Amino acid sequence: MSVRVSKYFDALTETRAWRSVFRGGSGSSTLHRSMAIQQNIFLHLLSTKVRKRMISLNTTWYLGTLTLGTFGILVITGILLMLYYHPSAPQAYADTKDLQFVVSSGQFLRNLHRWSAHAMVFLVFAHMFRVFYRGAYRAPREFNWVIGVVLLLLTLLLSYTGYLLPWDQLAYWAITVGSNIASAVPVVGDRVRFLMLGGHFVNANALLRFYVLHCMVLPIAALFFVAIHFWRIRKDGGLYAHQKDAASVSNCDSGRPQL
Amino acid sequence: MSDATGKDFVAVVASDQRKAPVRVAFVTRRTSAQVKSQDEEVIQAFPEVLFRAAIAVQLLAIVLVLISLFFNAPLEGLADPSHTPNPAKAPWYFLGLQELLHYFPPVVAGVLVPTLVVLALIVIPYFNINVEAEGLFLKDRKRRLQIFWVSSGVLCLFLLLFDVIVALVPTVMTVALMAVAAYTPANTSSNFRRSLAGKPLSFWVMSWFLFELVVLTAVGTFFRGPGWSWVLPWRS
Ligand code: HEM
Repeated sequence: MSVRVSKYFDALTETRAWRSVFRGGSGSSTLHRSMAIQQNIFLHLLSTKVRKRMISLNTTWYLGTLTLGTFGILVITGILLMLYYHPSAPQAYADTKDLQFVVSSGQFLRNLHRWSAHAMVFLVFAHMFRVFYRGAYRAPREFNWVIGVVLLLLTLLLSYTGYLLPWDQLAYWAITVGSNIASAVPVVGDRVRFLMLGGHFVNANALLRFYVLHCMVLPIAALFFVAIHFWRIRKDGGLYAHQKDAASVSNCDSGRPQL
Repeated sequence: MSDATGKDFVAVVASDQRKAPVRVAFVTRRTSAQVKSQDEEVIQAFPEVLFRAAIAVQLLAIVLVLISLFFNAPLEGLADPSHTPNPAKAPWYFLGLQELLHYFPPVVAGVLVPTLVVLALIVIPYFNINVEAEGLFLKDRKRRLQIFWVSSGVLCLFLLLFDVIVALVPTVMTVALMAVAAYTPANTSSNFRRSLAGKPLSFWVMSWFLFELVVLTAVGTFFRGPGWSWVLPWRS
């Protein structure tokens, strides 16, 4: 059975239509496998080759990968949630209630989105500390670390703006507590808060602003920086390999075969 | 290379430089020779790495789906500006800051501290320029010990003065570990102590941040109740 399926699949990858889409062509030679990465606009952010020991669990603990995984789950569940949600007060609350009790699998969708969001915040911190304790933040990776700090802030903002959307007591007062801090900024504090909330306190304008940030601006910004983050890993010479293992220190991109 | 020292020595036949160029690298103490090797064993990103990543993400998805099947996301009553819950808590990852807000004015806890944390995170890779990761107390020992004791003393006093026991505990933990590192004899047989002694300043700053983050967030999340008073999470 599986042999026949794979035979059909192989035949499929030989067709003209398939070849017009996947430029790398089919086949399992090293060249083809490299092309699978190199000839794909998204995957070519990654290196075609990776040091063997970097895939062992005790290096990165896969924390960056898992962070990206939660982000993916959040985008998918988030789009589905958007189908049932109006960003207006108090309709937002009614929609959330409907998700819990009326929409089929709505409760599950909401749970998955919520718990994945918590997981992402946790994982992004864990990833940061793991990168630090591996020493992978040092030259030439300093700038990628800074990109990482931007991603950390974006993750926190994504989670924070999403927190308001159910428009329940928990959401309302958490955002009130948070936005009060903004007004403590010297001189411009009250203006910052006004800009953030679209008013002097958390109201329907704030809900709309947070919705736009949460569903449009911040995810796009995050995607943009994730792309730079991955591209920099490749350009900085692949994942950092500890030098005690008598291996390469920094083989930055300098026309050498790309790792 | 040979003439520079002006010393007398005999050139061996095998060291004819035109035939076999000899390179000499001087390895000073406490630096390691850095070998730039390109021939480490590598594997293809596709499929070997990508498939592993996919499996990792799938395992994560399974865990999250299971959690979502058994635990419901919280949903309270409709937002009501006229009715403040007690305590009103920020999302959990900000509860460390909210805990600090309990002790310090908002400009300090809400603006100064987060700004400094972000700035510190940004400069950390630029500031630890030594790739060799020099142990903090290995060089210039006397002066660094002085600075270390004075600054940790001042910091602890400051936290005591404002009664911030919650932030004091992680600080004392960090100081204690640093003291262990500082007074580790060079010939110690303990691997743990030797590795501590080799840690640079950035390691200590980051570890202090990690301890504070964990303790403050845990206290804010689990041990604070009405009026931000102490509560025990298992008795509510
Ligand atoms: C949305 C958030 C983020 C995503 C999706 C992400 C993703 C990744 C991935 C997949 C890797 C590959 C290796 C690994 O898994 O560790 C990586 C490496 C790295 N990340 Fe992140 N990351 C994020 C946030 C951060 C943050 C907050 C920092 C630090 C402040 C950071 C700093 C780095 C650095 C320096 C590397 C290179 C490590 C090396 O060369 O070995 N990243 N990131």
